[in-house]
Formats: sequence, structure tokens, C-alpha cells
Amino acid sequence: MRFRIYRYNPEADKKPYMQDYELHEISQGMMLLDALLLIKEQDPSLGFRRSCREGVCGSDGMNINGTNGLACITSLSDLKEPVEIRPMPRLPVIRDLIVDMEPFYKQYRDVKPYLTVKDPLPEVELKQTPEERDQLDGLYECILCGCCSTACPSFWWNPDKFLGPAALLQAARFIGDSRDQATAERLEALDDPFKLFRCHTIMNCVQVCPKGLNPTKAIGDIKKMMVKKSL
Amino acid sequence: MSINDIQRRRFDTLIIGAGGGGLRAALQLAEADASVAVVSKVFPTRSHTVAAQGGMNAALANVLPDNWHWHMFDTVKGSDYLGDQDAIEYMCRAAPKVVYELEHSGVPFSRLDNGKIYQRPFGGQSQNFGGDQAARTCAAADRTGHAILHSLYQQNIRAKTHFFDEYFAVDLLKDEQGNVLGAFVFDIHTGEELIIEAKTTLLATGGAGQLFRTTTNALINTGDGMGMALRAGVPLQDMEFFQFHPTGIAGRGMLITEGARGEGGYLVNCEGERLMERYAPKAKDLASRDVVSRSIYTEVKEGRGCGPNRDHVMLKLDHLGEAVLQKRLPGIRQTCITFLGIDPAEQPIPVYPTAHYTMGGIPTDRYGQVVIPVKDTPEEPVHGLYAAGECACVSVHGANRLGGNSLLDILVFGRSAANHIIETLKETRYHRPMDEDSIAQAYERLHRWDATGDGESVEQIRTDLKKAMEENCGVFRSQDVLDNGVKQVSAIAERLKHARINDNTSMFNTARVEALELENLMDVALATVYSAAARTESRGAHSRIDYPDRDDKHWMRHSLYSLEDRKLDYKPVRTKPMSVPSFPPKARVY
Repeated sequence: MRFRIYRYNPEADKKPYMQDYELHEISQGMMLLDALLLIKEQDPSLGFRRSCREGVCGSDGMNINGTNGLACITSLSDLKEPVEIRPMPRLPVIRDLIVDMEPFYKQYRDVKPYLTVKDPLPEVELKQTPEERDQLDGLYECILCGCCSTACPSFWWNPDKFLGPAALLQAARFIGDSRDQATAERLEALDDPFKLFRCHTIMNCVQVCPKGLNPTKAIGDIKKMMVKKSL
Repeated sequence: MSINDIQRRRFDTLIIGAGGGGLRAALQLAEADASVAVVSKVFPTRSHTVAAQGGMNAALANVLPDNWHWHMFDTVKGSDYLGDQDAIEYMCRAAPKVVYELEHSGVPFSRLDNGKIYQRPFGGQSQNFGGDQAARTCAAADRTGHAILHSLYQQNIRAKTHFFDEYFAVDLLKDEQGNVLGAFVFDIHTGEELIIEAKTTLLATGGAGQLFRTTTNALINTGDGMGMALRAGVPLQDMEFFQFHPTGIAGRGMLITEGARGEGGYLVNCEGERLMERYAPKAKDLASRDVVSRSIYTEVKEGRGCGPNRDHVMLKLDHLGEAVLQKRLPGIRQTCITFLGIDPAEQPIPVYPTAHYTMGGIPTDRYGQVVIPVKDTPEEPVHGLYAAGECACVSVHGANRLGGNSLLDILVFGRSAANHIIETLKETRYHRPMDEDSIAQAYERLHRWDATGDGESVEQIRTDLKKAMEENCGVFRSQDVLDNGVKQVSAIAERLKHARINDNTSMFNTARVEALELENLMDVALATVYSAAARTESRGAHSRIDYPDRDDKHWMRHSLYSLEDRKLDYKPVRTKPMSVPSFPPKARVY
């Protein structure tokens, strides 16, 4: 199987280039990460992040044949040859497929992604009905891989002002949590022409999310809550 | 960069590792206004805690009657009486409080109709000291580790913990008296080295599941903290006890949570027989993990395995119905669809015992202080050094860990280590001067990989190591096989000294990181095979066909492996709990 991989080592290369690799030992059920690990055995200088191998840790987000995804849960049998692999778009490249995620993490921190309870805490758990808990399904499972935000044109244009789908999904996760007591502050903080409202429902985020989450819907729900609040 | 130009930074506490143990400790310390540096070779939410599925044990009694003392009994029995009963009592008593704290910090636990935290049955749990099955495992669907790790990271953002993300810790730094004073680290992004001076250092680096070829563990689980401790002169405890999880996806290793059996799933052999009825008539599929793994292994060995090669058994979940699977086990359902093209709502899952958990580790007391034998004292604290979580051995898991006790361990002892550190900091006002030799040693160890020229590749040596461990240190062991393991691993360790990476670049040099990881893994492998070859009994996960019985008279003691001369030493099990009578060793049946 043939692969074309983006290479760039700022210490050694004047500019990025694409390098071809070929693997002969492809077996059924192999994932792209398995292939990358084999390629790295041939060429240990190839840089990419990886850890859990099963789509939970969010390390190996990359652009695969033009679409963002996680290498570890992308089946080789679904990919057209040569498989073209590039770093996730828009973030600064550190080396090869490794990008600097800090702008993405900063957006995450900016939405104050932590439960805020103002009342005194009980000596046992805060109660939450199963129905209230269901509201968090589709929101809490995010693994911060960055596939969604780096696929979003609004993020490409305004990464410093628009918060991007991943951070906004987190905002929705806490706004939607029946235990959280900072809803008003959270909505107010997002009431800005860019932070939230630069989402133009292009829906690339939904298309690429490896966990099947729907940030566009979460953003829509936040917008609805804002309207409701202003009435 | 020359060794004299290396920048130095000072913190009250250095935490190495940003999984559940490290982050729980960091939170406790940050809230006590200590200055904390958390060094992690990956961004915190990539740590392996994220992959924990089924849940965390605490006797909340939300579903069935329960109390901490029953939990303690089950844990002591599960440990095959090698666990230290004071630490086990401490953990089981603390469990409910620690779960409530997590809930308050935002963990989205699944819920019962009355609004309380959902709890499911797990293996080795009982009511009333060995009676009916208990339901003690607090769960967020089958993503409990993810839910906990992310919530803890989020609370650390609130607490403004200082993170050094994607920094690799090379070695601990000491003074001439042996006090631990921080660590020598480097920034993986730039290659720049940094000396972190700290009054107290906590190792929370996780386990070493990469010792084996087929493993549920992430690629980052290379026993780094254990390697650092060994090189700092600390022995490793009980390393022969390595847990093989009964239900990894056959041939691939992805974990299928014990919660799948807790929710009512069961194992069948090629004849469609519920195999666990034969091996554990009472607990059946919810016997302890060591018992279930041996049962599966035996079924396959005796020709009752499934598939064309008869090399696995099947885990049946389809009778639970799609609704239950989607509600309680959505993650493993997706994993099966992704990796096997099988929907467990319709078809059984092929499973086989898979390397999962390092019961042994850096010896500590229940305050997380690293303790070593000094002259006639078996447990003397190493000043300034703490360890918590899978890299540590308190020991609450003894010879076999119960499912759901791992998340509990990291959180209880991450927290208790932080509390002890807070007390220590009150008495430690200044940073002590370091021994410059200790810096030079770490520097040399790192720069040894700058050498170019001919030499074997790290990849080849790593592949051979995992194969040797899998073939010689698996579910069932014997003297011949273990001696062969010692021989093979020793030879592979020798080869590593001459290996080369031929990549001298500084920026995000993953080849260099992998070489350093393999050095850690190699020392942990040696500790494991040496300790295993010496223990001539069967206890918990260490199962010897040539010594099939537990031998309390000679072996109810902890192993201690030291790097120097690869020497083994032993210390007694702490059988006296804090406040209740001891649980004396009994035959262990499920």
C-alpha cells in the first residue's frame, strides 16, 4: 500500500515536502496507525503523536486524504491510494504530523470548562436525575483531538476570536449540566460577535468528529438559550 | 547545550505524570496554595487513565447493601492475602468520600432513578464477607476513566496548576544524603533541558503494560517512573504480579470492560458452554480476574477454544439487548464495531487474556511516601520522594487487583500523598543544594543517544523484548520458562546498551523519547522476570504449574528487586489493619 506523508523538520528542512512510503505487510483489519507505526520502523525520524490506539486519548488527529480523523480508528481498507497524510490544518506545524495545539487548548480554557457550584456542597453526591444526566450525552465524550476545530473555516479565519467547535461543545456541556450554577455567566461570556456567532453552520465539525459528536447542534442550542434569556 | 547552561526552576512540589493520580494530587496541592509543577510526556488528557472503562469501587450502597468493611474483605481476598491490610482499610474507608469529591468536581456519573450515582456489579465483589454479589462500582457508562481524567484536568485549569506538557522526565535528582530534590527533564518540543528543583517529588507515571506484545495498555505505558526509581536506588516491589485481563479483544488487545460481565454478559467456549460455571460455581463470570484469565487459558489449551484456530473464547452480550448496551456500554460497542466489524448487540465478541495491569511498583506507605529497607528497618521513607497510582505499590492490590480498584487507588493515594506533602512542606522551608554529580548522570544518560554510527535499532530490541516477555512471563509459568525469560531479557538488555537512533535533531524527536522509554521498560522487564523466577508458589496472578499451591509459610512476603546486582530481598506483608481485626489467609474460592 502506498502512502504520501507530509514531512517537515524545521532544523533540517528549508520547506515542507511530501515523502512516499510503501508497505507490503498490510493485513485485514489494520488501521492507519498500525501502518504509521510500521513506517516509523523503516524511518524512525517520522514524527506523529499516538498513545491509546483505540480512539480514546485523542493524540493522533491528522488530515487523511483531505479529511481530519484519528489514525488509530481509520481503517486502511477505507482509504484510497496513495494515502495522503498531512498535519491538521491551520495550527503551526512543529514537526511532520505534529502540530502546536496550544491555540486550540487556549480556546478550551477560555470557556472555563469546569463545573461551578456556588451553593455549599452536600456530604454526599449532588443529585441528578437520569433525564438530566442524559442531557450530557453527546457533549461530555469529547477527547480534545482537535479534528473538528481544525476542519472549521470559521476557525481558519479567526482562530483568535472565534472559539471553535470543540471549546463551544465544552461550553454547552457545562451549560447543559443541571448541577452547574454559572449558566448566566457562561451565556454572557459567549455573547460576542465572534466567540460563538462566527459559527456559520458549515458542519465540517460534525462530519469529521471521530466520536460522532455534534458541535453544530450544541452551538445552536447555546444560541437558542441566549435568545430565550434575552426575551 | 552545555550542562552549565541548563535553566533551573524551583517549585514546592514536582509531580511527574498527569493521569488521575498526578492530577488528583496536583489539585489538592494547588488548593493548599503550594506551588506545583506537573511534568507529563503527553498532554494530560492523553494519559492512560482516560482509557479506564468500567468504573471505580466505593461502598456507597446506592444499589445493594454495602459497607467499606465488606469492600476491604473482598480486596484482601482478591489480593490473595499479599495486600497490606492497613492500606486496604485506609483505601476502602476513604472511597465514598473520594467518589463524592469527584462528583462535586463535575464527573458525569451515570445515575439511578433516585438521582444517586449508578453502581454496577464487578468481579470479586461480595456482601457480608463472601456472601451474595455486591454492586460497588460507580460508573459513567463505560467511559469512567475519561470522565474522571477530564474533570480533574478541568479543575486543575480552575486551580491554575502549572503544567509542563510534553516534557520528558529523564531522572530524579538527589543530594549526597539521598534526599530526592527534583528531576532532570527536557521539553519534547524544543529538546531544551530543564532542571526542576522541588522540595518534594511525586511519581505518578502509571504502569508498564508495554512489556507485553498483546496489551490493553497505551503505547506510553513504559514504566518510566519505575525505571527512574530503580536508577535512584529504590527497589521495585512485587513485580512478578502482572495482571492479564480476561477480556481483551482476541489478537488485538483492546479492552472490553469487566462491566460487560457486570451488566450480565458471560463467556462461552466452542461448545456454547458457559465455561465459568465449571471454574467458579458461585461467582461464575464475576470471579476475580486471575481466576477468569486462567479459566479461559485452560479452555483454549484443552481444545475448547473458538474460531478456526480455536485460540479464544466468546463474550456474549447480545441477550442484554441493544438499549442496555447503548446506555451502559456504548464505548466497547463502538470499539467492537470499529475493530472487529461486530456489533455485540448481535454477535459475541472474541476475547482472550491480555496484559493489563502492573500490581507491583515503587514501594510506598499509605501516605504515598516511598519506603525502602535500611539496615534492619524494612520501610524507611526516602526523604522528598512520593509515588502514587499504578507506578506505586502500597500495596492494596497484592497478588491480584480487583476490577474497579485501580481508579480508586490512584485517587485515594494521589490525594493522601498530596496531604502528606502539604505537611512536609510546612517543615521544609528551603530547597536543599543538589549533588551536581546526579545532574551529570542524568545529562549523560540523555546524551548517550546522541552517538551516531552502527548499532541496532530501538524498534528491533523493543519487539524482541515484548516477545520474550509474552513467551516467558505469561498467565501460567514454570521454572524452566522463567529461567529462560531471565536469560533472554538479560541478553536483550545487553543489546540495548549498543543501540543507536541516528536522529540528533532537537525538535520533537520521538525516536529519542522512544529510546529513553525502552530503557525504562527494560529495567522493569528485568525486575519482573527476576522476581517471578524466584517466587516458587502460586499466588494471585503469579501462577506456577510447578508450584500450584499458595505457600503462606514461605511466601507471604513482598519481593523487592534492586537494580544493583539485580538483587532480590523480601519484607513482611502488613497484616494488621488500622482499626479492625486482620483477615487471616484462607483458601480462595469464588
